[in-house]
Amino acid sequence: MNSVFDQALWAVGRGSGVVAIVLLTLSVLLGIGGRSGRAVFGMPRFAVTLVHRNVSLFSLLFVVVHVVSLFLDPFAQLRLVDFFIPFLGAFKPFWLGLGTIAFDLLVVVTITALLRNRIGPRMFKAVHWLVYAMWPVSVLHAIGNGTNGREPWFLVLAVFCVMAVGGAIAWRLHEDFVEYRNVRRQETR
Amino acid sequence: MTERKVTMHIDWTRCDGRGLCVELLPELLTRDDWGYPVGRGGSEIAIPQNLEYAAQDAAALCPTQALRLHK
Ligand code: HEM
Repeated sequence: MNSVFDQALWAVGRGSGVVAIVLLTLSVLLGIGGRSGRAVFGMPRFAVTLVHRNVSLFSLLFVVVHVVSLFLDPFAQLRLVDFFIPFLGAFKPFWLGLGTIAFDLLVVVTITALLRNRIGPRMFKAVHWLVYAMWPVSVLHAIGNGTNGREPWFLVLAVFCVMAVGGAIAWRLHEDFVEYRNVRRQETR
Repeated sequence: MTERKVTMHIDWTRCDGRGLCVELLPELLTRDDWGYPVGRGGSEIAIPQNLEYAAQDAAALCPTQALRLHK
């Protein structure tokens, strides 16, 4: 039993989880920004789409590091089944189960997004909207399951993320969200 | 050498005027007052050889898959 190695696994497991939350938050912001059809964050529209894709793929990469390192970690007591089927965990099964759900949704969303031009925009969009469930579930998992989940620094980070995504969703629901919405509406009146 | 002519077709039933194609093909497309792309040749736009890659990007990145390339 190599305790330094175990410590390292545990640190990597938690650290990659925190990074994943931040990247998932950025991914949602970029996704909504792209959907607005506007050149947001100082980038042209096509770049917003590409950065959204790349940030999303990086968030999946960090989530994979997160689950694999905790799988190898003896304290977390993860089993392979916990990657795919929620609420069977040996330790905090409810909060772990939320992580499992978020992971499954992330995998499905990523696969369908990469195949978007083959499966068509309707199917892509129907699946992609699962991100609005996946993101809050992943944040709840982090707060509930994490060793640091209820420490002030993490809660401050979580509040920032929730405010950012909440604000973006409020903008998404606003009637002038889409560029040219104004002129297009006037014309059909 | 045989000359291949690539054309790009805009499917107006799908186009939502998001503007990505206009950014990627500024030499060929502009936006009308409602944000939709306009090019010479209407919905069948001839693509010069030097812009083929840009046209492929535009077709691949179109959020509504409204662009199709024909050779
Ligand atoms: C971490 C995973 C992901 C999250 C959280 C996420 C989030 C989002 C959100 C919130 C939207 C706006 C949806 C709407 O309200 O209509 C969106 C749109 C979009 N996402 Fe993602 N996304 C993820 C992964 C991906 C990946 C991997 C790709 C590409 C391979 C992708 C491509 C797109 C595209 C093309 C749109 C724009 C659809 C449109 O403009 O109509 N997403 N995403």
